[in-house]
Amino acid sequence: MNTTVRLSSSIGSAFVAKIEKISGQKLLACYQCGKCSAGCPMAAYMDILPNQIIRMAQLGMQKQLLASRTIWTCVSCLTCNSRCPKNIKIAEVIESLRETALRDGQRNDRLKIWELSPEARGDLPPIATISAMRKLTS
Amino acid sequence: MGSENIPMKLIYYPGCSLKNSARNFDVSTVSSMAQLDVEIEELERWNCCGTVHALGSDNVMNRVAPVTNLIRVKEAQSNEFMTSCAMCYNTLKRANNDVKKNPEKLATINDFLSLETTKYEGDVDVLHLLEYLRDRVGFDKVAEKVKKPLKGLRVACYYGCMLVRPNEVAFDDVENPMIMENLVAALGATPVNFPLKTECCGAYHAVGSPEIIADRTDKIMGSANEGNVDMVVVSCPMCAYNLDFRQDDAKRLNPDFKHLPVLYFTQLMAVALECGEDALRFDLNHIDPVPALAARGLD
Repeated sequence: MNTTVRLSSSIGSAFVAKIEKISGQKLLACYQCGKCSAGCPMAAYMDILPNQIIRMAQLGMQKQLLASRTIWTCVSCLTCNSRCPKNIKIAEVIESLRETALRDGQRNDRLKIWELSPEARGDLPPIATISAMRKLTS
Repeated sequence: MGSENIPMKLIYYPGCSLKNSARNFDVSTVSSMAQLDVEIEELERWNCCGTVHALGSDNVMNRVAPVTNLIRVKEAQSNEFMTSCAMCYNTLKRANNDVKKNPEKLATINDFLSLETTKYEGDVDVLHLLEYLRDRVGFDKVAEKVKKPLKGLRVACYYGCMLVRPNEVAFDDVENPMIMENLVAALGATPVNFPLKTECCGAYHAVGSPEIIADRTDKIMGSANEGNVDMVVVSCPMCAYNLDFRQDDAKRLNPDFKHLPVLYFTQLMAVALECGEDALRFDLNHIDPVPALAARGLD
């Protein structure tokens, strides 16, 4: 008797295809060694670890991924990318999730620059303000 | 390029931060290069580099700002230029690599920049000041120019992310770079082992989540302090801001936190090359470096 076990109906979904396209990564290459999370300097401030992000992306868990704090916590320091034994660019996958959330037309920006005090704005180096806006706003 | 008989000046791209919060990085870069007999010329009509390389493969828009700068370099009759800001270096270099590898992306950008009279054709190289000093000037030559050897000064060199990642833009080892240590040694100082030298400072969370930066600063500067150093040197105005200006917050987080001055590596060069006080602008550093230098007889 042949039995088909379906792990998730989302595998191969349009969402997974979109993430793979924007990030340019093959999600199924990941074998969950956890090296990305072990070296991540931002892991302490995340709700879902980088290796878990990849697993959830493989499974097409769109809702949980786009609602996670992690996609806004990652600052693309690329430590994960440089240490991945499978050469998966984890930061690119996370950026594609961020981009997906920011491109949904809802203008769900994660940073409201006008809410900063004039002192804070004046103190910050321009590269901090501009990079934050590039990463956290649509 | 132009005739071989015309000596080419090194084109210098300062970037936004070096003209604002990090003017100490700008003046120390310019004056130490003069002391090293390298003629530099600020790029005309430069614009913001874009600050971060967009990682999405379909994000062509964010390549426009860096590519415009590469066009300006061509217009300055050069095929290479130097920047001392680690973030500008990373963004410009990665955009350059990306458009060199993807001619269709470059064509889209050139179309978008149709009002430009010069087209970019992947014919400009991006250099960081550290690699320029190592490969073109030579650290031995730098050592010869030192007027005030930084004897006894213990220095931790912080690379952060942008000088070493990703691999294709790194001009030294990704996990254990030594280029800054070698420069610091050429200045007569003692580079000290610093395990967290390539750990991210928290970057732009400085804007929306300063509490993350305070925690990162506590850990990174704590690691530097374990080597009993006098100071930390950096090559990035964002790292400098986070590691220097967030030290008071780190102290609130951890009462055992010890303050340490954070300098641009060019400021340290300017001290050793005796470029004068105007070249240092220590007034723009949050933790005053003067007591640390004075303790080693270097004020």
